[in-house]
Amino acid sequence: MDIVQEALSGNRLALARLLTQIESDTNEGREALTTLFPHTGRAHLIGVTGAPGTGKSTLVNRLAHYYRHPPKDQSPKRVAIVAVDPSSPFSGGAVLGDRVRMRDLAGDSGVFIRSMASRGSLGGLAHATAGIVQAFDAVGYDVILIETVGAGQAEVDIARLAHTTLVVEAPGFGDDIQAIKAGILEIADILVINKADRPGVEITEKALRGMLYLHKPTASELHHHGGMNAMPANGMPDDEPVEGWQPVIQRTIATEGEGVSELVEHIAKHRTYLQESGVIKYKDRVRLKTDLDVLLREMLVARWRNDSNEQKYQQVLKRLVERKISPWLAAQELLSKGDEL
Amino acid sequence: MSMTDRKIRVIIAKPGLDGHDRGAKVVARALRDAGMEVIYTGLRQTPEMITEAALQEDVDAIGLSILSGAHLIIVPRLMELLRNNGQEHIRVFVGGIIPDEDIPRLKEMGVVGVYGPGTLTDDIVNDIRRAVGSINPI
Ligand SMILES: Nc1nc2c(ncn2[C@@H]2O[C@H](COP(=O)(O)OP(=O)(O)O)[C@@H](O)[C@H]2O)c(=O)[nH]1
Ligand SMILES: [Mg+2]
Repeated sequence: MDIVQEALSGNRLALARLLTQIESDTNEGREALTTLFPHTGRAHLIGVTGAPGTGKSTLVNRLAHYYRHPPKDQSPKRVAIVAVDPSSPFSGGAVLGDRVRMRDLAGDSGVFIRSMASRGSLGGLAHATAGIVQAFDAVGYDVILIETVGAGQAEVDIARLAHTTLVVEAPGFGDDIQAIKAGILEIADILVINKADRPGVEITEKALRGMLYLHKPTASELHHHGGMNAMPANGMPDDEPVEGWQPVIQRTIATEGEGVSELVEHIAKHRTYLQESGVIKYKDRVRLKTDLDVLLREMLVARWRNDSNEQKYQQVLKRLVERKISPWLAAQELLSKGDEL
Repeated sequence: MSMTDRKIRVIIAKPGLDGHDRGAKVVARALRDAGMEVIYTGLRQTPEMITEAALQEDVDAIGLSILSGAHLIIVPRLMELLRNNGQEHIRVFVGGIIPDEDIPRLKEMGVVGVYGPGTLTDDIVNDIRRAVGSINPI
């Protein structure tokens, strides 16, 4: 049996090795995703993003524990966690410490935690994360929690992989709301004010309510949540649904588990909304279209570089740097047929 | 899309009941600065927890920081688990306070390197690179 079939039949070692191939974007990883892709589309993807130290990992630990040990009338779900931390820009290495907060999940074969370093490249990270998530989805994890540091576009892009995005805030981070600074408030389906045991929680909540009220997104803005990048002008599918979802605010104390069952309820409601309104299909389509377009762009550039004359490229680049031609003209010249070689 | 080179992935774990993880953190940072991806798992990890994390994270190496004197209990158990789980490819390193006479015994069990206080982190980096490079080329 090959490694993909073994992963599909529940072999965790095979799955772990497959994730490495997918993350490293090897041929083996790409072929694996081709086999796995038809099995995807069942899991609920939950993004958890916010500034460092707001309690995301602690909250992810609680959420996963809740899904594993739900109230009696519900059945436990299999949970995968993808925890992304930044790579060092200097060495390319990373210290990935999210597991420290997830001790409660050790020894449970219904949980699989994978730490990932952001490895620098913008599109590459979103792409690798998407692949990892597809693999978890395909082998039967019901809930996939994706933790990212909400600090920039890369993290926002990953958060947009998710069906439901939680943006985590905490009081005591100064007067500013971190999410507003990072521009991630608009991707929140649910705003979590964690560390509700800390002073200043009222101020934080009031500020967030004010922001939400001011923002009051239109239906079309809301649906922008689905894209991995800003949507291209021609990227609007024709069947855009019209209903909207108003972001909700939930207080939690992740260290105590307080507010977690309410949070799970909001997540379930959001999922129901996505399914009943048809937004989930819309999001899926936008996400896959964006991924396809990114791949096309990269493959076309790679193919062109492969076929083209490096000397000519360098000549055009030189004239561009000397301001003899514009970037637009440079690209035109490089793409023009006939005078190649 | 470029073929990303395979990063060396290492778990740094702190088994046993003692509560100091300063040394473990210093090593974790040194490995990061050498370009490795270090999964830090925190204090009081059992051999079961460490090998499970190593499996999920698909690491090339495990670094144990042991100050409690329990190395002759922890290490054999860890090596046994690695064998039983099909994780023999993972290289194991031990740092901390290990009496000289125990070092040969640990190496017999399959430990690649043992590091006492005052070890240069560069030496650890080089040992990991050499041990991992020879078994896990992608
Ligand atoms: N007081 C308080 N501390 C918390 C709460 N949630 C997390 N913490 C602490 O905040 C710190 C950072 O938590 P962590 O989950 O690692 O944050 P992350 O960086 O967002 O993943 C840890 O020391 C946690 O114990 C909470 O609800 N209340
Ligand atoms: Mg974290």
